[in-house]
Amino acid sequence: MAHGPATMADGWIKYASRWLFTTNHKDIGTLYLWFSFAMFILGGAFAMIIRAELFQPGMQLINPEFFNQMTTMHGLVMVFGAIMPAFVGLANWLIPMMIGAPDMALPRMNNLSFWILPFAFAILVSTLFMEGGGPNFGWTFYAPLSTTYAPDTVNYFIFGVHIMGASSIMGSINIIATVMNMRAPGMTYMKMPLFVWTWVITAFLLVAVMPVLAGAVTMMLMDINFGTSFFNAAGGGDPVLFQHVFWFFGHPEVYIIILPAFGVVSQIIPTFSRKPLFGYSSMVYATASIAFMSFIVWAHHMFTVGMPIAGELYFMYATLLIAVPTGVKVFNWITTMYKGSLTFETPMLFSIAFVILFTFGGFTGLMLSIAAADMQYHDTYFVVAHFHYVMVAGAVFSGTAAVYYWLPKWCGKMYNETMGKVQFWIAFIGFNITFMPQHFLGLAGMPRRYADYGLQFADWNMLSSVGAFMYGAAQILFLFNVVRTITHGKPVEDPQVWEGAEGLEWTLPTPAPYHTFETPPEVK
Amino acid sequence: MSTENSYYVPEQSKLPIIAATGMGTLAFGAATWVIDGGSPYIFLGGLLIMALVMYRWWSLVIDENMRGLANQQLKQSYVLGMLWFIFSEVMFFAVFFGALFYVRVLVNSWLGGEAAVGWFDDTPTGTAVANNEILWPGYESQWPVMETPDQAANGDAAQFKGPEQNMNFPGWGRILHWLPLWNTVILLTSSVTVHIAHTALKNDNRKKFNTWLGITVALGIIFLFLQAEEYIEAYQHMGLTLETGIYGTTFFLLTGFHGAHVTLGTMMLLIQWLRGLKGHFSHDDQFGFEAASWYWHFVDVVWLGLFIFVYVLA
Repeated sequence: MAHGPATMADGWIKYASRWLFTTNHKDIGTLYLWFSFAMFILGGAFAMIIRAELFQPGMQLINPEFFNQMTTMHGLVMVFGAIMPAFVGLANWLIPMMIGAPDMALPRMNNLSFWILPFAFAILVSTLFMEGGGPNFGWTFYAPLSTTYAPDTVNYFIFGVHIMGASSIMGSINIIATVMNMRAPGMTYMKMPLFVWTWVITAFLLVAVMPVLAGAVTMMLMDINFGTSFFNAAGGGDPVLFQHVFWFFGHPEVYIIILPAFGVVSQIIPTFSRKPLFGYSSMVYATASIAFMSFIVWAHHMFTVGMPIAGELYFMYATLLIAVPTGVKVFNWITTMYKGSLTFETPMLFSIAFVILFTFGGFTGLMLSIAAADMQYHDTYFVVAHFHYVMVAGAVFSGTAAVYYWLPKWCGKMYNETMGKVQFWIAFIGFNITFMPQHFLGLAGMPRRYADYGLQFADWNMLSSVGAFMYGAAQILFLFNVVRTITHGKPVEDPQVWEGAEGLEWTLPTPAPYHTFETPPEVK
Repeated sequence: MSTENSYYVPEQSKLPIIAATGMGTLAFGAATWVIDGGSPYIFLGGLLIMALVMYRWWSLVIDENMRGLANQQLKQSYVLGMLWFIFSEVMFFAVFFGALFYVRVLVNSWLGGEAAVGWFDDTPTGTAVANNEILWPGYESQWPVMETPDQAANGDAAQFKGPEQNMNFPGWGRILHWLPLWNTVILLTSSVTVHIAHTALKNDNRKKFNTWLGITVALGIIFLFLQAEEYIEAYQHMGLTLETGIYGTTFFLLTGFHGAHVTLGTMMLLIQWLRGLKGHFSHDDQFGFEAASWYWHFVDVVWLGLFIFVYVLA
């Protein structure tokens, strides 16, 4: 059964077919990771256009219509194209190695779930070149902006989202089946690495809410093309229904993005603290409670929409409660580092930055969750700053940390530590210059998703744009460092790679062979 | 947890990339088609690719099983896959039921200027009152919505007009002419017959298995036939269409998606029936059939929800 993977030396047809027809979890993981990085650059380019336009007040580079398409596409591409596939790629690479399985449970379906994505995003991005332009209604695509007032191309968006959802559901079912069914003998649930735990919970969230997203876009499709009135009060429906359905998907979705990030950081911090993770079981339970609560807090995104006061109070208190399990996690990470023998390699730097900046973003989340205060913050740059602190400094930082942490295991070569650290500091400083001022802009009343702004917002916006280009430059360095590691990196022989690393994946040879754990290891 | 020494990891396969191409074509084609003046050909092309690839894929899986490549652990992966797939389907229907409840209980009251939850607080909010007085004057909360807010406010000039008749319980006198009741009887019966078939298969009674599974498939087809009949009746004689406000919207979307799933379930069972006739399955190896029967039970349960919330409690 086993044969080595085709390389460039076997001719390009063989090499291409290796990636097209593969059933190997490592190949598929690699595909996911490269795809997500490509989307990260694309979504980043959209962000650069936005920040370039906002560098000064007044319209300079693009028209407002295109600006709207850019904010929408930036959000969609980053959420569905960059962050989610990045973590699915990590899951593919790592879960089988971490639980001692030969591969994912359903390898062919695994390949299908990846290859749907390029098609879905080709469809989505192609709308930018069609008559009427791309989606221009924000990544949350509220009705009636996305129905009555949308360009015809919204239909491509709808079907693109449908197959993207199909890809996510298949990918998640695969992960659940792998974790439930493929663990090596002795690998009980409470021995699983935290990354596996966070991912299996994430997969559950995905299977539960991607169909909800499918339902939301189906209702849009019907309202747009077939005369139904889900989101139209004239026929007895309600545009607010869209927001309820969307956020019933959307709130679990943001945890889908952040939970695997928690998992990554929970692997990295113990390694570089040379101490076991503090409070392993409380971490598992905290993750599960966060996942559960994500289903019952959705309307905190809608405080200003005109909900009854009882609803506002309920969603406020329920949301505040999420701070409890999240606090448990932050406490555990810090306590893991407490009195550890810490070293500060690049993955650790990104992880520590994650803990600090994610906590910061969590606190602004608490501010937003207070219904009365949210009347002021709603739809301002304060919200933009809040979710970029958790999405970028949360998810993207941890994804970067993960790549640096496991790259030596994947390709058997060590990255350039100095370049990694330089990247970290540029990213860290650039990120804060970009998004910290946006808090002030928001509190001063600057609304989000506008192509122009009043003069009083000019200084902070200029600063924010400078930071954004700095952060963007750090990603070029990241790409360069990774490619250079693969081509010219110093070989690593030690299976463990990192002195403090623990777990099954570090018992494998470095680089990890194409097929691993064909006979399951015994876990004591 | 893994108990065996080897797990069947399939060789490279061309099927996934073809399936992805088919799905991409299907999605792109569907969007092209629904836009005014669009043609269905790209969509149909995608559909064709998908149909062929699904046929090949499942043939391959069946073939692998018959060659003994699928061990107990792989079969367990398939079981988990099917169960979580059904769970995702449950969530899909949950959205549409959720929309129905939200619209019926809350929106409908607010549009009529009433308090939504009477037992909690019977004073309507200012928003609800303004909603009714300013936007939709004259609209009275009602379910089914036979006169839309648009009609109440704008009369004959309304864009969204309510249906002439609805699908509610027609009264005891006409109960035997009420199709949903018959459909309920048919689907509930089919759940029993598929169970009888399952038991027969477990006891290696092939003849009984074939007969009762065949009956189940027939019941599924009869259900679909009656459902089509109901739709024709709605469109031609009852003035009830997709475009008749929120009642038509929720009615057709809920029953329509259910009907689509019954169609899928009937096809699944039909294929298992044909496989049974060819001598596939044994008393301890019958996953294809079991998966289809779980799906069938799921579709049945959804119908019960529909019957109660769409037809009876209207």
